[in-house]
Amino acid sequence: MENILAFLNEPAVTMVLLALIPLVFILVYALVTIYFEMKVAAHIQNRLAYMETGWHGVIQPIADMLKLLQKEDIIPTDADKFLFILAPYLVFIGTYASFAVMPFSSGFIGSNIDLGIFYLVAASSLVVVGLLMAGWASNNKWSMFGALRSAAQIVSYEIPGVLAILGVVMVFGTMNMQTMTQMQDGGIQNWLIIGGNFPLGQKLALFPFMFILFIIYLLSSMAEVNRTPFDLPEAESELVQGYNTEYSGMKFAIFYLAEYANLFLVSAIVVVMFFGGWTSPFGSFMSGTVWSAFWFVLKGMSFVFLNIWLRWTLPRLRVDQLMYVSWKVLTPFALFCIIAIGFIMVI
Amino acid sequence: MTALTIYFNDIYRAISSALIGMRITIRQMVSPTVTLQYPHEKKQMPDRVRNRLYMNYDDCIGCELCAKACPVDCIEIEVMKAPPTETLGETSTGQKKRIYVTKFDIDIAKCCYCGLCVFPCPTECLKMTDVYEFSEYDRNNLIYNFGTMSAVEVETAKLKVKQYDEEQTAKKAAAAAQAAAAKAAAAAQPAPVPEIPAAPVTPAQSEQPKGPDTPPTQQ
Amino acid sequence: MTETHLHAIKTSTGRTLRTEEMVVNMGPQHPSTHGVLRLEVVLDGEIVVDVIPHLGYLHRCFEKHCEHMTSYQQVIPYVDRMDYVAAMTNEHAFVVAAEKLLKIEVPERVHYIRIIMAELQRIASHLIAIGTFGIDMGAFTPFLYYFRDREKILELFEMTCGARLLYNYIWIGGLSHDIPPQFVERTKEFCTDFKKTLKEVNDLLNYNEIFIKRTANVGILPKDLAINYACSGPMLRGSGVDFDLRRDDPYTLYNKFEWDVIVGKGEMGTVGDVWDRNIVRQREMWESLRIIEQAIATLPEGDVQKAVPKRIRPVPGDAYGRVEGPRGELGFYIVAEDSVTPYRIKARAPAFVNLSVINEISKGAMLADLVAIMGSIDIVLGEVDR
Repeated sequence: MENILAFLNEPAVTMVLLALIPLVFILVYALVTIYFEMKVAAHIQNRLAYMETGWHGVIQPIADMLKLLQKEDIIPTDADKFLFILAPYLVFIGTYASFAVMPFSSGFIGSNIDLGIFYLVAASSLVVVGLLMAGWASNNKWSMFGALRSAAQIVSYEIPGVLAILGVVMVFGTMNMQTMTQMQDGGIQNWLIIGGNFPLGQKLALFPFMFILFIIYLLSSMAEVNRTPFDLPEAESELVQGYNTEYSGMKFAIFYLAEYANLFLVSAIVVVMFFGGWTSPFGSFMSGTVWSAFWFVLKGMSFVFLNIWLRWTLPRLRVDQLMYVSWKVLTPFALFCIIAIGFIMVI
Repeated sequence: MTALTIYFNDIYRAISSALIGMRITIRQMVSPTVTLQYPHEKKQMPDRVRNRLYMNYDDCIGCELCAKACPVDCIEIEVMKAPPTETLGETSTGQKKRIYVTKFDIDIAKCCYCGLCVFPCPTECLKMTDVYEFSEYDRNNLIYNFGTMSAVEVETAKLKVKQYDEEQTAKKAAAAAQAAAAKAAAAAQPAPVPEIPAAPVTPAQSEQPKGPDTPPTQQ
Repeated sequence: MTETHLHAIKTSTGRTLRTEEMVVNMGPQHPSTHGVLRLEVVLDGEIVVDVIPHLGYLHRCFEKHCEHMTSYQQVIPYVDRMDYVAAMTNEHAFVVAAEKLLKIEVPERVHYIRIIMAELQRIASHLIAIGTFGIDMGAFTPFLYYFRDREKILELFEMTCGARLLYNYIWIGGLSHDIPPQFVERTKEFCTDFKKTLKEVNDLLNYNEIFIKRTANVGILPKDLAINYACSGPMLRGSGVDFDLRRDDPYTLYNKFEWDVIVGKGEMGTVGDVWDRNIVRQREMWESLRIIEQAIATLPEGDVQKAVPKRIRPVPGDAYGRVEGPRGELGFYIVAEDSVTPYRIKARAPAFVNLSVINEISKGAMLADLVAIMGSIDIVLGEVDR
């Protein structure tokens, strides 16, 4: 017994155990979200979706996962085998690593580093390497198209996204995500989307710019996770399935998992930056370690819902329009906001 | 200036039309669903629905109109004219049956559900039902044998017909010979043709004729 | 056109870069080719350089089959299966041709019911056209809203003739059944309900800014090109040509009703672009509803099978009958000899003719535009290949 405790107290073991928490969260969350998305999509379209397995089909995602697990893992003959196998894991690692700095609750954060959000931007960029690799290694023209599109798209949308983050960082004066959240503590009136924990005049001045930055980040995050209206890399009606056309079985499941994990990740960044992270909307009421985890997940999931809602409402953009939105709309607006925020913070 | 107006106008329209769309979809999301949970709930089929073909063999008079009407040749009928001495019974519409239908197969896999075979049937024995769940694992099971005559019955019927035909040919030959003889006689000496007594038909069959009362064997 | 072309591009540093055109096969198993069309696309990056359609994956020799029937009646189930999303129109076209050949006058009630059916079918077909076009654009939801309402039309058809897609309802000289008693009421109900969906999807899809940006000024088919390629239907009217067989060659009693021919005006871009073609379909559904409402209100009495001939054996000759189908001019040319079967039947399939223009209008467009253009042509491969 003592041996086991000692073993658990070993720093390396503790680290691994702590690292497993986000992984478990991602797995559970992905199953829930797949179910959630199917149900939302179906009800938007006047359907019912899964109804057979379990009550209202609640265990269908598990059945789907089991099916994917036992499916034959096909690697095309002319594919670049090494890269083909590596790509899905690289995509997942990029997403998973980003969860390290995510403040899930007031008491739990994987790594409370000062460069939190900067690290997050850097780590999530790893995804694009994986996608490009997948498209190239598949040795399929449609996959290649998808990969190139996704590379172009993610790289372009990182600029307005990072500029929006920069605006927020200028307001908070820190890149530590836990500190950011704590600065918005104390109820809904302190959230950055309404101007943050600042004197009234500054708050009113900040509000419109924060709102614009929020919209900019929301759009660019949607582009980064390849969701409609920015789902060009996967554009089913154009590119069959984009970069994951040739993937099947477990590798496809990992792509799928990474996509949904990424979706939560960007929603969580929005929540941390603009909606007070894990803080309770009612000040000290319903706050505490467990409650804060609840608020964090709830807020994150509501943005996941927004993403799903938009996906089943809007058509898809074209490649040139995608670039237009990024470079000619979002980036100038973000720059303008940064300048304005700079002035407000100086005054 | 105009370029700038267009630029801002585009942004405004993009956001407003997206919001309109979102309003529509969220309203549909809370409105009731329209789908049926198929194996558990089933749609009420209208009266005229055209699905699986059904054939009432007892009413078939073997006219082959349905097979002729079928554009995909999915109905296969074999018929034999019964001797007039046989009684095959009547259809439910009161028509007398005169023909053995030794085979009445419908290959439902070929059927195109056009309903053209239903209209010409004089006894209304062929109709399309509202059964639509009849998939099979073996394609041969999709050939429906509506004919209820067993192989033995068919053989017996064939024998009877053959016998009758032979008798008829014999009769004809006799008649022809007689006519020839009469002609020859008339040529020699014109005289009234003597009346030929009809040859009595001897019932040669050992079994009772089995017609529509036989129990159905399959399908 | 299978060899790739080499291009030399000068970069800003003065080096020459060799780029290659890429040939990709779009189809026959591609999600947006609406069936089994195969497009050989030559791409320069995302730009389409050339498109070569390859047909024949769904060829079933229907025209040849029609010569080997035992009666003219048996041809009707076959023409149903040509354009399987608008079977009623196909029957109508064939029957118009056959009645011309046989010189049959049909009762007025038959004409009215045929018009109601043809217009309902036009709505059903346009619902699929716009819905799948939405899918091509990435909008999945309008498709299902439209399918929900199409289902109501199919139920009306099922109630009338027993089949949902391949009806065999319009016969030479009449109809297979008279309409059932509840039909009139249910159709009126449908007309009122359907207007709501039309408005809703118009807002959700056709006037969505992303959709407009995707479709306006894309795949422009100029007036003269449309006429030269013998395009018809919404394709032609989208290019601004005011031509509709229902008005210009009234084949049944269309001239009795009050309705307008919808013409593309280039509201969002140039006349004849993808948006125009799509909006022509959307607005035609309103006109169809107008026709249906008028026809239902003034439906005459009569026996629908009065003029159905018992045995069809035309005098040798030929006849061409055409109707305005959902996709354009659908015509049947029948050559008859002294027999109960036609000597030759030739169908003028609008989808086939409209598809021929794809090479002209998609050059220089992007890959995503090619999908949009294909969706706007509204092809049904069953009719293209026959």
